[in-house]
Amino acid sequence: MSELSWRKVLLGLAPFVLALASVSALLVAVGAPPGEAYRQILQGAFESPAKMADVLAFGVPLLLCASGLLLTFTAGLWNIGIEGQIAMGAIFASAVALYVRLPAGLQIPLEILAAMVGGALWAAIAAWLRNVAQVNEIFSGTALNYLATNLTTWLISGPWQPPEGGSVHSTPIFGRHAVLPMMTGLRVSWVALLLAALGFAVVVLALRGTHWGLQLRAMGRSRASAHILGVRVERNTILSMAACGALAGVAGAMRALGTYQSLRPLISGNIGFLALLVVMLASTKATWVPFIVVFFAAILTGSQRLNLVMQLDDSAGGVLQGFLVLFAVLIGGVRQRLEAASTASRGRQPQSSAGAGPAGEGEALA
Amino acid sequence: MTNQVLISMLASVVATSSPLLTAALGEMLTERAGVVNLSLDGTILLAAALAFIVGYHTGSVPLAFAVAAIVGAIMALIVALGSIVLRQEQVAIGFVLTLLGDSLSAFVGQSYTRIRGASVPHWPLPLLERIPVLGPILFQQNVVVYASIALMLLAWWWLYRTRAGLRLRATGERPVSAYVRGVPVQRVRLLYAALGGALVGCAGAMYSMAIQLGWAKGHTRGMGWIALAIVIFGGWHPMRIALGAYLFGALKALVTYLQRTVPGAPVTLLNMAPWLLMIATLALVGSGWLERLLLSLPARLQRPARRLLRSSPPEAMGTRFVRG
Repeated sequence: MSELSWRKVLLGLAPFVLALASVSALLVAVGAPPGEAYRQILQGAFESPAKMADVLAFGVPLLLCASGLLLTFTAGLWNIGIEGQIAMGAIFASAVALYVRLPAGLQIPLEILAAMVGGALWAAIAAWLRNVAQVNEIFSGTALNYLATNLTTWLISGPWQPPEGGSVHSTPIFGRHAVLPMMTGLRVSWVALLLAALGFAVVVLALRGTHWGLQLRAMGRSRASAHILGVRVERNTILSMAACGALAGVAGAMRALGTYQSLRPLISGNIGFLALLVVMLASTKATWVPFIVVFFAAILTGSQRLNLVMQLDDSAGGVLQGFLVLFAVLIGGVRQRLEAASTASRGRQPQSSAGAGPAGEGEALA
Repeated sequence: MTNQVLISMLASVVATSSPLLTAALGEMLTERAGVVNLSLDGTILLAAALAFIVGYHTGSVPLAFAVAAIVGAIMALIVALGSIVLRQEQVAIGFVLTLLGDSLSAFVGQSYTRIRGASVPHWPLPLLERIPVLGPILFQQNVVVYASIALMLLAWWWLYRTRAGLRLRATGERPVSAYVRGVPVQRVRLLYAALGGALVGCAGAMYSMAIQLGWAKGHTRGMGWIALAIVIFGGWHPMRIALGAYLFGALKALVTYLQRTVPGAPVTLLNMAPWLLMIATLALVGSGWLERLLLSLPARLQRPARRLLRSSPPEAMGTRFVRG
């Protein structure tokens, strides 16, 4: 038994060790001292309250998206279209910010509500295509991402361009009434932090404490069996995707109303894809998500400093995350095989089924 | 638009489409065996960067392409082995590799940004280049362009005219039946994953050494996703994939032309067209509307039309094969 738990710890640490080793090797290869690079990343993320606020500001949309993806992942759906849903959220929020003027207490809630509608609609398209035409949500999602990007660019360079004209960089900066109030001296908003925490809490409660969460889990195991058990698979496909889209929409609103205070091309900043990595790393353990989010946000915010201080590309942070998730997925497979093997050896028929043990699969007969 | 302009525009469409065609054909072979390698966008970027670096230091174009092919094959093998041996989702691994390849390419390529390196030489084919119209479009190009066209023909012949091609198709459609008939399903999948991945890698080298010379962060970003879309639009058929690749190239050329000459042209709509076409293709096939449309044709036309338009994905694509 103790031997088994040792193995668990080792396998749990292995992705981190392997990822750090890979990145260190790369750093050495380009002639940069790894220790110094990691120190710079940490400093860049945590050296001052302002930096920590930046980490949180980046983490807010990331946590919102990751929370949404917990729903779709549980339901067995690959919502790669989340990038487009963020963009649509930003577009809808921007539309309200540009054209609607409401009393102080209503302005921002309406913007966020609009963003939720935008994101949910965009996600619902992919879900609907899956239901009526068996279109895989990965491919429709990819297409919808690019469509949303094109729409953003068109809006910025066309109808929403600033009065001085000709800009492809952003819409006019929104009025002060329309943007998120920031904490004094910091680039993070308490509204954003609150929304992210709320979004995550609601998702966890829905997954753990409701019948709906149970239905999604059944769908994730097997759509066919869930259907037989009476789960309304098609309706839940729409619902889970739309809920994820709504959260991604809020994330887009945070980017537009908080980070940039305007609509910009590539507004999502890859946060949706990053959130997919977060959820893959957390696997099904929702409680890990906020920690991974802060970790990822810190690495990305901190590694911007590498460029200034060490003349390294700031993609080093992305490399570390990529390796980490890749090794986590692959080692997850190793762990499953080991567990299957040890169950098989403890069971009564060790050699009966060829598929169970590690030696069983493959081309033994071919 | 004079004829001369049109001809040179078509020539550039053929040239700029060739890496896309190569990548899409590679992915088609992989998917025909039942493996979805989603990592294309990252693989093309990483292969483009590494090929450029190798070419810059050694001056050898073949060596650069070899490195690109190996990189592509490794990426695809990670997906295939992760699925076959470790039983993880192909999509998950492919997606991580997409982002990892992107970041890695930016990291290793940083000090090679916007400099001159080795490139594939221009090489008009003797005699053929003299053919009016076709000559300047197809035969006054470089090896990369000829190779992509040859690859298309070769892939078609391999798939539909050889035993190996039949086994490949069987592996992707009905792995269990193929296995019973003596096809080593897992080995076929690994083989075509590696082969297809190598072609995707070559497509990356084609960009940095022939079509969009040089390297910069995110140099080919988006092309992998477009190649994936073209495989779908092309219904997993080499000829129609070529049609899709050239159509996309033509659309891009049209956009550039219109942006220069016609202010206020609906450029956004044209940019969106490939993605709308991709969704429409998938929806038409999946919803059964295509089948209904075909049934409304006169009986004599139904068979050829179905052969022409058939575009359902290989049935076992993306699934794991477990011997029962």
